Amino acid sequence: MATVAHEHAVPTQTHAEVTRDVIATLGKPSRGYVLMFVGAVILFLIGLATFVALVKQGLGLAGYNPPVMWSVYITTFVFWVGIGHAGTLISAILYLFRSPWRTAVYRATEAMTVFAIMTAGLFPIIHIGRQWVFYWLLPYPNQRLLWPNFKSPLMWDVFAIGTYLTVSTTFLVVGLVPDIAAVRDKVSGWRKRLYGLLALGWTGSDRQWRHYSRGYLYLAALATPLVLSVHSVVSWDFAVSIVPGWHGTIFAPYFVAGAIYSGIGMVFTLLIPLRKVLKLEHMIQEHHFDNLAKLTLLTGSILAYAYAMEYFVAWYSGVSWEQTTFYLRAFGPMWWAGWTMIICNAFVSQLLWFKRIRTNVTALFIISIFINIGMWFERFVIIVSSLRNDFDPYAWGQLTPTWADWGVLAGSFGWFLMYFLLFARTFPIIAIQEIKEMIPMPRKRPGGSH
Amino acid sequence: MANPVPGVLGSFVHIDAATDAIRALKAKGYADLTVYTAAPNHEVEEAMEHPVSPVRLFTLIGGLTGCAAGFAMTFWMSNDWPILVGGKPIASIPPYVVIAFELMILLGALSTVAGMIILPLLRPTRGYMYDPRFSDDQVGIFVPCGADRAAEVQAVMTRAGSVEVRHETG
Repeated sequence: MATVAHEHAVPTQTHAEVTRDVIATLGKPSRGYVLMFVGAVILFLIGLATFVALVKQGLGLAGYNPPVMWSVYITTFVFWVGIGHAGTLISAILYLFRSPWRTAVYRATEAMTVFAIMTAGLFPIIHIGRQWVFYWLLPYPNQRLLWPNFKSPLMWDVFAIGTYLTVSTTFLVVGLVPDIAAVRDKVSGWRKRLYGLLALGWTGSDRQWRHYSRGYLYLAALATPLVLSVHSVVSWDFAVSIVPGWHGTIFAPYFVAGAIYSGIGMVFTLLIPLRKVLKLEHMIQEHHFDNLAKLTLLTGSILAYAYAMEYFVAWYSGVSWEQTTFYLRAFGPMWWAGWTMIICNAFVSQLLWFKRIRTNVTALFIISIFINIGMWFERFVIIVSSLRNDFDPYAWGQLTPTWADWGVLAGSFGWFLMYFLLFARTFPIIAIQEIKEMIPMPRKRPGGSH
Repeated sequence: MANPVPGVLGSFVHIDAATDAIRALKAKGYADLTVYTAAPNHEVEEAMEHPVSPVRLFTLIGGLTGCAAGFAMTFWMSNDWPILVGGKPIASIPPYVVIAFELMILLGALSTVAGMIILPLLRPTRGYMYDPRFSDDQVGIFVPCGADRAAEVQAVMTRAGSVEVRHETG
């Protein structure tokens, strides 16, 4: 276990060493990387085969059973949208707060955001059954002279997720341009031509930096309310309805905190092995993980409060349907899912009060797996346990997920990891220019730096 | 390949040497300097004395356009295809705030990026001398000038502490 030194938040390398070390990650892939990538491709192919079967034979293959007509696919959609949120928190919100430690991890988390939303976006399309007409969700002039219903939260989702994907991709690409130029200036042959094209003529001139720095600040300022709005909108898919267990005013902040919690969990799961296979231990250090763990503790504690408040409100409301739903979550047929969610999220996160755990990467990796499982189950519990016990006990039903549910879920991890790993080998996974901004340049006269 | 612009390119390892050179060149009337750095640098910004970037105007106009477009689209489409639900308005503001908000962010962000691309192009730098070390660990200063003034610029840069000075005759 390494000891943390917060005073070392400013990197100790020189500018040339930063360029060299980050560009070294773009060289020949290690055995560990190849194994991870092959695993991701296998998972993706499982998902693809399942999806082809769904298209050929229809949604009957999945475990939909009235009244549970939203199940694993919508659960997984909300899960992946949530994963994206940690990336924007770290890249945009912590940028506005001028947190220096974010520089080592923000590029990886921002890439995670983009690929997580790309993954999430697949699920509503898979879920609608007739995937080939998904474009009916978009407001476009059509022969039937009709328009979408903008009062529906599902339409809000289309705009929120579409905007989030576009803006987070833009944010990632804009941040990459100066770093791609740094790679262009270090490589040769076809790679120089390719990175030269992608660098869009970037030279790092004072005029470019002047507009870039100001524009990046505004992009961060726009991304900050966006990230808070997106999971609020996703939560309203549920909260705007009258289904017991969904109809709560706490849902928006509850979902946003959960999203950030799950996203940081995924950051640990991805970065702990990745920094090893890319040999970046000296750049992504224990104190970065310590700070991420503190954010996990904060958001995990907000979740614990939200869970407690849901039960309190159900009891205090005196509404029998609410009370029954929450009683069944803890003691009904799905008790195992309800307790998985509470233990993995509300209890496991409390281990992070201990500095010895926050600075032990093995412990953090294990905790992150619990977070991933717990947060997937949180959405599963909210969606399925509310739908299966609606107002009329006569209509109650049960969900039995099938191989078609699990196949697509596994495929989503493969799809996500495949893109993330390709990105990590193709583009600088650590933001070269932001790290350099933190390192004072040499001076001919001692002292007097800004 | 653009035709090279005649001028002098100085490379600096020390940031204070580079800012000394910028101030000395400005004092001698060379206002059209281009300074290359690997990362944004406050000392260079101060020495260059640039006004605040107008990119914020792009953000403002884009954001307002997005917000207006969001409300206009939802109101128009609701009335064009009315969904009549007993006693409820065909178009109502609260649900449309979500669409207007998301479009405000979307167009605000995209127009900001457009500003970041368009504004530097207003002062083209094609053909200006450049060195790959400027994206690594050195600061570069390029002064476009004819052969008659090259010697003076070279002297200023060398005196300030340049580690290398090159001259392009065009």
